[in-house]
Amino acid sequence: MINNLILLVGITLMYSTPLVFGALGGVVSERSGVVNIGIEGMMVVGALAGAAGSYYSGNPWVGFLAAGICGALIALPHAIASISFAADQTISGVAINMLAPGIALFACRALFDGAAMTPVVPKLPKIFGENALVGTPFASLNVNVSTVIALALTVLIWFVLYKTKWGLRVRAVGEHPAAADTLGVNVYGVRYVCVLVSGMLAGFGGASMSIAIMSQFTQTAISGHGFIAMAAVIFGKWTPVGAYLACLVFGFTQALVVVLGGGNFAIPSSILSMLPYIITIIVLVLFVGRSVAPKANGTPYIKGSR
Amino acid sequence: MEVSPEYAVQMHGILKTFGTFTALDYVDLDVKKQTVHAILGENGAGKTTLMNVLYGLYQAEGGDIYLNGKKATIATPTDAIKHGIGMVHQHFMLVENFTVTENIILGDEVCGTAGILDMNKARKDVLDLVSEYGFEVDPDAKIQDITVGMQQRVEILKALYRGAEILILDEPTAVLTPQEIDKLIEIMHNLIERGKTIIIITHKLREIMQSADECSIIRRGVYMGTVNVKETSETELASLMVGRSVNLTVDKTPAKPGDVVLSIKDLSVKDEREIEQVRGLNLEVRAGEIVGIAGIDGNGQQELVDAITNLVPSERGTITIKGTEIQNTSPKTARLAGVSTIPSDRQRWGLVLPFTVSENMVLERHETDEFGKGWQLDYSKMDEFTNDLIERYDIRPKDCANNRMSGLSGGNQQKTIIARMIAANPDLLIAFQPTRGLDVGAIDFMHRELIAARDRGTAILLISFELDEVMDVSDTIAVIYHGEIVKTFKQGTVDENQLGLLMAGGEAK
Amino acid sequence: MSKLEQFLRSRLAAAIAAVLAGLIVSGIVLAAAGFNPFEAFSVLMQGAFGRPKYIANVIIKATPILLTGVAVSFAFKTGLFNIGAEGQYILGTVFAALVGITCNLPMVFEIPLVILAGTLGGATLGAFIGWLKAKFGVHEVITSIMCNWIAFYLCNFIVMSDAFHKPNSSSAVITNPSCWTVLLPEWKKSKEGMAALSNIPWLKEMLLKTDLNIGIIVAIIVAIVISIVLNRSKLGYELRAVGFNNDASKFAGIPVKRNIILSMLISGGICGLAGALNITGISPHTVTLLAAMENYGFNGLSVAFIAGCSPLGCIPSSILFASLLYGGMSVQQMLGAPSEIISIVIGTIVFFTALPGITPKLADLVAKKNKPQGPPTVSKDGTPLPTAEKEA
Repeated sequence: MINNLILLVGITLMYSTPLVFGALGGVVSERSGVVNIGIEGMMVVGALAGAAGSYYSGNPWVGFLAAGICGALIALPHAIASISFAADQTISGVAINMLAPGIALFACRALFDGAAMTPVVPKLPKIFGENALVGTPFASLNVNVSTVIALALTVLIWFVLYKTKWGLRVRAVGEHPAAADTLGVNVYGVRYVCVLVSGMLAGFGGASMSIAIMSQFTQTAISGHGFIAMAAVIFGKWTPVGAYLACLVFGFTQALVVVLGGGNFAIPSSILSMLPYIITIIVLVLFVGRSVAPKANGTPYIKGSR
Repeated sequence: MEVSPEYAVQMHGILKTFGTFTALDYVDLDVKKQTVHAILGENGAGKTTLMNVLYGLYQAEGGDIYLNGKKATIATPTDAIKHGIGMVHQHFMLVENFTVTENIILGDEVCGTAGILDMNKARKDVLDLVSEYGFEVDPDAKIQDITVGMQQRVEILKALYRGAEILILDEPTAVLTPQEIDKLIEIMHNLIERGKTIIIITHKLREIMQSADECSIIRRGVYMGTVNVKETSETELASLMVGRSVNLTVDKTPAKPGDVVLSIKDLSVKDEREIEQVRGLNLEVRAGEIVGIAGIDGNGQQELVDAITNLVPSERGTITIKGTEIQNTSPKTARLAGVSTIPSDRQRWGLVLPFTVSENMVLERHETDEFGKGWQLDYSKMDEFTNDLIERYDIRPKDCANNRMSGLSGGNQQKTIIARMIAANPDLLIAFQPTRGLDVGAIDFMHRELIAARDRGTAILLISFELDEVMDVSDTIAVIYHGEIVKTFKQGTVDENQLGLLMAGGEAK
Repeated sequence: MSKLEQFLRSRLAAAIAAVLAGLIVSGIVLAAAGFNPFEAFSVLMQGAFGRPKYIANVIIKATPILLTGVAVSFAFKTGLFNIGAEGQYILGTVFAALVGITCNLPMVFEIPLVILAGTLGGATLGAFIGWLKAKFGVHEVITSIMCNWIAFYLCNFIVMSDAFHKPNSSSAVITNPSCWTVLLPEWKKSKEGMAALSNIPWLKEMLLKTDLNIGIIVAIIVAIVISIVLNRSKLGYELRAVGFNNDASKFAGIPVKRNIILSMLISGGICGLAGALNITGISPHTVTLLAAMENYGFNGLSVAFIAGCSPLGCIPSSILFASLLYGGMSVQQMLGAPSEIISIVIGTIVFFTALPGITPKLADLVAKKNKPQGPPTVSKDGTPLPTAEKEA
């Protein structure tokens, strides 16, 4: 029983990690007033870039960085469309979600002889070393270093958003861009930075799937994680800490799937696989009414209009 | 006029176009130092555009700006701030869920190392300013929790914090009570004494007479001249602004009230935060009379209208239309009972902007068999009906039946709503802020239509935050404060000071 | 207004610009990966229209995405973003297959019954999403995505369940042929049929080598009906009013919540119909184990956006996408270029349809050239020219 509980904690932390990165990306982007439905696509690109970077350099950290950079790159068109062209941010995000997996798979096939997955690549290390605690009940608590990075970034983003002048400006831009503009804050600049950082974080999230949880990129490595992360943003009331905790809840449901699936319960795997999605809907139904989005979220800012 | 350091601001030959539309046609403006200078013009005349050019929000295509006799280039608000210009916009530029201090320092933050905010020092700086100018503002309060008058002071503080010497106030009195207006004028004079220069944008003649030294007039983007306020009159200013002599009073015959149409008894309504906004309100409106509700925004007017139209539930009490109780039914039931409403925010509640004018004209009646049998909607019948109303209410352009609503000007949009509501021939017409954002000519038209409807026997409930409007148009004036009707007067038996006191929660003498 | 300007302001110009952008971007990607883009595009066209069989297959591929496109357009016009078309499509296939497997009635009853079941499946899921939005205010995009995955796993659960799994396969039991809607199934294989067809080689190829079925006709009828409902009926008027301005609709006494649910129900129903027609129309005439989403719903989004969410516009738009999808397969077979290039084309097209005002901006340029000093007017589509002071 205790062993199962420890296992549950370990797996919760493991599965929540990619979600945390994605959700932080969502928080940063939406706090500045740009809805980013494209998180999912950006995570796919990050997952491939992470695996490919790790494969070619032999160093998973290079892969991790590459994932961040590629995530930001694929976020760039979304930023241009939604900030400079005042495009419909939902459609633009949907387009990114169509484009990004296409690009990722295209690149994967081009790089790896037409295969829709990469070979096995070096993974990011675990915090206590690869073989520590193996054989003890605590093995599952030897989490990947990406889990720690996710936690550190949560704290960092919380600090930047609430304790620094840049955070004050980001929040002002997301609530009332015209007010910020009249005080000389560069609304477009702030939003560009936030969307690109959002893409970078989503890219990290993808990499934390492909080179931390798994050890390769596959076509289904990211399947709905970006969207669950977006639900976590709402559930977490658009705050970094709230989003982090929300991701733990979703990670827990996935851990339940694993632990229950591994036990002697006669629940078909297909039904278990639905669980995270069903719980997401239930959580949204219970919490969405009490959650208030940044006021200017999703509204393009056009200079000179009020 | 010659460029001289005697003038805080001189704008010469300012040209600004939007596409093919000329918003400012070589406009001049000369503002003497340490004066209050008013800019007068109708809605859409170009007053705000001119000030947005001065504040760097718009770039003029032609013309020069001189500050204190020196030529200045102002490309962004940041430039304007550096030159000591501060602007208080008509719609406050405040982040609602930020504190007063956060709003003031935004963009010019007090920081320790590495961009980390030093909120203690920021708070102290703000307190210093507050005490220097004698404002009563709590630096830690959130904007959403303070009154409109205080929000305006926060806006002025924002400018002063940035070292503004020239303050632009855009329609500063639109949202204030008479008492708050007095306070504002006091603050303005206080600022002038301390060496500041103030430009106010307004279309209200009385305030210019009360507060300004000089007044420049702009009509349809053209500069009409500057007058010394001491040497002019309201009538002269009005004709300069509109370009013809205008009748500033509303002509009407005494009302002939008939049977009670609307009767509200002990009504209580809560808002979405579960706070009681209408508290045991009683009100009667008879056929053939206009009852005007005077009050400051936020004293339950919105909730009262929402409850009558059944957009929100009533907690307690009854709303009766010609003997039938309609509280807690549906908007449709209220309409069928004979209630038509001109909403305060026409674009939000009254119109579907992407729809055509025709489609908007039949909103509410689209489901009747008037415009097509069964499931069908007969667009040619709708157009016929619409063209008739366009003709009758002089909605422009004339051939707009199939244009999108969003293409019409604000005045014509409002006319569309009025036409629709009056065409429904209601027993009770609720007019909530019916002239908001309209220019003088359109306001006059609107008032005459309301009176004409009254004379046909319609009961009219007029709710407006413009005290003048309530006093001029209503037959009976009811003052609302804190969700209650505190007192009712016949027209002509009360002056604006008494009303102002009651509106602010005081006792009438 | 000059003809050129008028054209540039039209939906068609925007659509063509987006398609061109899609081709250019993917051409660059192809070139960067070492393929000749012109060769690739000609192979693509050949692969889509080179033989009667290909054309028939393009039509077959166009059928479901025309329907999901119409469904997405309908929802969009009523203010809802139905990204759940995929899940509603899947549920349509599941419901249709279940009824097709368990019931075996004469064809005249069986076909409508199976199609109705599929439609109902999609409608149920759509209405559920609409209900979540109307009742709890949960944004339909996120619930839709969640429902897509739930439908996905539900389908796999049914396929693998003891009751419906076909042994030694990755699919469920095949539906009863009485519900199949393939064109002239008996006749085309009979002696007379063969004889008659041998004189018309293209028709023979289309009928015998493909699953050409009645689906496309149904889909086109649905597109027309939906277009009429949206633009010429009281229901469509109300639904659009709710979509454009929720508050004004409520104020006018239109039941907003009911209409949101109704709108999603109809949209979902059309997606379910698409699923049902694929079960009855093409082999294997049953649901199979899904490894990944089949994208019938997601492609519907693309179809809808390129059509500017006009139901009738979805007809050419779906043919375009079907030819890209089908022709794209031969790009991979013939050139070895990854077929994902098609996703890039489509993604780019959708991206550019999201950008408003590229072609209108060109139109402004043309207008400026033609009349340097025109009087202030309201542009043709009624959008206001910017005015000096925005109304309060």
